[in-house]
Amino acid sequence: MKQGGIIPAPLAALPWGMLLLVLAIGGFGLVVLYSAAGGSLTPWAFGQGVRFLMFLGMAIVLSRVPESAWKAITFPIYGVLVLALIGVEAIGGISGGSQRWLDLGIIRLQPSEMMKPAIVLAVARFYGMLPAGQLRTIHAIWPAALLIGVPAGLVMLQPDLGTALMITFGGLTVTFLAGLPLRLYVGSALAAAAAAPIAFGLMHDYQRNRVLIFLNPESDPLGKGYHISQSKIAIGSGGLFGKGFLQGTQSRLDYLPERQTDFVFATMTEEWGLVGGLFLIFAFFLLIRWGMQVAHNARSKYARLTAAGLATTIFFYVGINLMMVMGLAPVVGIPLPLVSYGGSAVMTVMICIGILMSIDRESRRGRRLP
Amino acid sequence: MKRPKKVVTEASQSFTFTRRALLLGGIQGGVGALLAGRLAWLSIAENERYALLSESNRVNLTLIPPRRGWIVDRNGKPIAINRTDFRVDLIPDRIVDKDKVLGDLQALLQLPDEEMERIRDDLEEAQGFKPVQVAEDLDWEKFAAVSVRLNELPGVSPMRGYSRFYPDGAAVGHLVGYVGAASAKQYDETKDPLLITPGFKVGKDGLEKTMEPMLRGTPGAKRVEVTARGKLVKELTTRSDIPGNTLKLTIDAGLQAYAARRLGTNSGSVVVIDVATGGLLAFVSMPSYDPNSFSDGISRDEWKMLSDDDHIPLMNKAVLGLYPPGSTVKPMNALALLEAGVDPNDRVVCSGAMRVGSGVFHCHKRGGHGPLDMKHAVMQSCDIYFYEMVRRLGYDRVAPVARAMGLGQEFELPLPSQRYGTVPDSSWKLRKYKQKWTVADSLNASIGQGYVLVNPLQMAVMAARLACGRQLLPSFFHGHGKPAAALPYTAEHFALVRDAMYGVVNEGGTGGAARMQVSGVALAAKTGTAQVRRITMAERAGGVLSNAALPFRMRDHAHFICFAPADNPRYAAAVVLEHGGHTVRNLDTPLTGRDIMTYLFDRERAMRSLLEVEPTWGGDIATRMAAKAEAWKLAKATPGPLPTSTPTPADPGANAAAAID
Repeated sequence: MKQGGIIPAPLAALPWGMLLLVLAIGGFGLVVLYSAAGGSLTPWAFGQGVRFLMFLGMAIVLSRVPESAWKAITFPIYGVLVLALIGVEAIGGISGGSQRWLDLGIIRLQPSEMMKPAIVLAVARFYGMLPAGQLRTIHAIWPAALLIGVPAGLVMLQPDLGTALMITFGGLTVTFLAGLPLRLYVGSALAAAAAAPIAFGLMHDYQRNRVLIFLNPESDPLGKGYHISQSKIAIGSGGLFGKGFLQGTQSRLDYLPERQTDFVFATMTEEWGLVGGLFLIFAFFLLIRWGMQVAHNARSKYARLTAAGLATTIFFYVGINLMMVMGLAPVVGIPLPLVSYGGSAVMTVMICIGILMSIDRESRRGRRLP
Repeated sequence: MKRPKKVVTEASQSFTFTRRALLLGGIQGGVGALLAGRLAWLSIAENERYALLSESNRVNLTLIPPRRGWIVDRNGKPIAINRTDFRVDLIPDRIVDKDKVLGDLQALLQLPDEEMERIRDDLEEAQGFKPVQVAEDLDWEKFAAVSVRLNELPGVSPMRGYSRFYPDGAAVGHLVGYVGAASAKQYDETKDPLLITPGFKVGKDGLEKTMEPMLRGTPGAKRVEVTARGKLVKELTTRSDIPGNTLKLTIDAGLQAYAARRLGTNSGSVVVIDVATGGLLAFVSMPSYDPNSFSDGISRDEWKMLSDDDHIPLMNKAVLGLYPPGSTVKPMNALALLEAGVDPNDRVVCSGAMRVGSGVFHCHKRGGHGPLDMKHAVMQSCDIYFYEMVRRLGYDRVAPVARAMGLGQEFELPLPSQRYGTVPDSSWKLRKYKQKWTVADSLNASIGQGYVLVNPLQMAVMAARLACGRQLLPSFFHGHGKPAAALPYTAEHFALVRDAMYGVVNEGGTGGAARMQVSGVALAAKTGTAQVRRITMAERAGGVLSNAALPFRMRDHAHFICFAPADNPRYAAAVVLEHGGHTVRNLDTPLTGRDIMTYLFDRERAMRSLLEVEPTWGGDIATRMAAKAEAWKLAKATPGPLPTSTPTPADPGANAAAAID
């Protein structure tokens, strides 16, 4: 669609259903941003629209990159990003503050954000290379652990808990799908559950407070629980059909914090109600299901793991954000992809979609040419 | 795992992937369903609750305090009104940096340190959103200076409102009381948000307190849409307040103010009654506090000064001061004697003293009055005549008449409290002290001493009932219903008593100084003195004090009851000077009573008379109060004894022992 000079055949080959879905989500997001600004294209809706189309174009370009090329550049990209994370840490250390991006003059590169798809690619690449026979040996575990642990640890240092968690989850998902023994996951989960009370006991007071406020945000409605309380009020007061376009009082009167970024879902639900909320949830469900479908149909181990990992990365974005705004998870800074204002999340998700389209294209071509 | 060494092939790995991908998809779907369910729960099941919360976020309801009803006198002249004012409050919960805000406010409003101290004290005690007053009655410049800096001063709330104003100041202090912010206790009882609305005042004393339901009115309300930071977006609806009702009193504001001024430096009360209706024309207790300064919230210094004053400015002496009535009961005694069958022409020879049992009772005139009939006994206030007559009859024959005249009675008046004293008799004494009534008790009671205690209002009612012969009831309001019933005593007897009281002033009696100079109007009166003897530890230690140098609290009470015109009474009054002592002639009861009664018939003459003597007392009430406050501050600043440090007598006159007159 954006590719003016491209001939009809590749254009027709694009997964149009999925693209319409992405356009619907993004378009709805722009409507919400327009309303969040009090019925104005500035400062959010217009800029976001431009970025959205730009990154959508980028995704379509990425869809033309063959799988072999992805394989080839996976580790180099991963390496560059790890170096960039170290660089960010170093610059932050020198300038005496915490910093998350590298200013490259034209764009600000946020390596931790890029790491979200990159970790999936890297771990998938590793298992793609690993012979199946070695899957039950220690050699199947420690390189993956290193691949995940280094960037996650560096991001933790920034400190950015939300992103570190997503990198870890993304990588672990791939290891799980690659077929590591189930007992590793069950055992870890049990160990974590057992350690939680002990960890709680070892925590500082302020950390404990955060946990307690998450468990009962109403206990501190004007302090740390304020975000969650106000978000729930916005969502709950919307009712079935919402208060109407441009009629959201929680967002427009500043009661809802971060109304255009992390809490954009609450802004939307206040005005569009349950109907609007279910629409978005369903749209994301379809998008992620498409991603999982791509993984199913993929031909190589690397492609399968990558596709499922990337689809799950999108799922983590959506799931964590929605759980957070509805008071089911603590407040960690994870935006709602394609809807929240901001460039990095759109870019990350569009990279995911681009690679998914690329894998989709490859597997369909393979089927057409048996 | 059952098989520890499982062989993994590419095929089985692919199969594992498919299974696990399905599981992952299932988990994703499950989370999706959970999110959808949670969303539905919030927006359907809890919709009502959250809609309410959202609305209470959005809409800020501000009560508009109702304008308080006016209090006016019988001619519609204002006694208590409302003035527009600018005020600044602090909302404790919204203050971020207390010291900075207080510092800025002090600079902007030029508040004295003393005020800052009070504000800090109030802030300590304040709870939550109950506003603490910073300043009231501000001029526009200061108000604007605070208003434009609101963003830098979180917690500060500038308001435009009304403040209570009493044009006559201290003169009406004890009558109307004062208003002030509701107490935390009052709020806890009713939880009425109006009570904690800035600028809203409730009556704290006097009529302001007792007539609160009538004066309060109904608050208005303003609904405004506000942002999270409290910025006003738009006004939604405004309902204006309904002002309280105007309260019209029988008081004559001019007379009230005049009487208060005429009392001068005395600690005393004046009650003037309309003999036709029982309406109270003046109801004064001086010195008093200025209710205007009370409604602003009183400073600690001011409070301490008032509560340490031995003239008891914080007590409404007109109903709370109890005194032995002394010789003012003699006209009433005369009526009782007449009703008991005593011939008014019967004479008693006064030799100056009389022996009863083992005691000797003296007349106030050492040499004695010689032979006296009833009229002359009243005119000369002879004690021996009444000792002798009451000794013959017994006080139990007099007490019912005393009560019928209003002594010892509690009247239904909208006053926060009354003390009604005692009219003793034998059964009362037996009940109270388990002792038999003695002749000495009768003799003491016959001259208004001993166990007899009354308040100034009762003395005024006695004068009014003697003047009209009816069971007049004092009242602050017009249209009190049916006229008072006649008292069950013979009209001729009343006429004899009135004639004796006329004689007191106009035929060479003890009250000659009170003769009115208004043509055609004669005053009938009776003077009275109650000697107060207190023996304190300090006095014992320091030796007996001479009478000439008695400290204030040792001096006699000076009483005066009267009515005018003597031939056709329209007004009756009582003047009670606590520890008046008959020391300064123009401050004594006869002249005070005369001038106050003169005011009712000839204002100019009364004012002339007042203006002649007022400068010798140190100016009018406001001037004297200001000078006193200045002196207090000065004394407080310099270490040393405080100007008036004697403790407040709990029951003035309670220890009175004997009277001479």
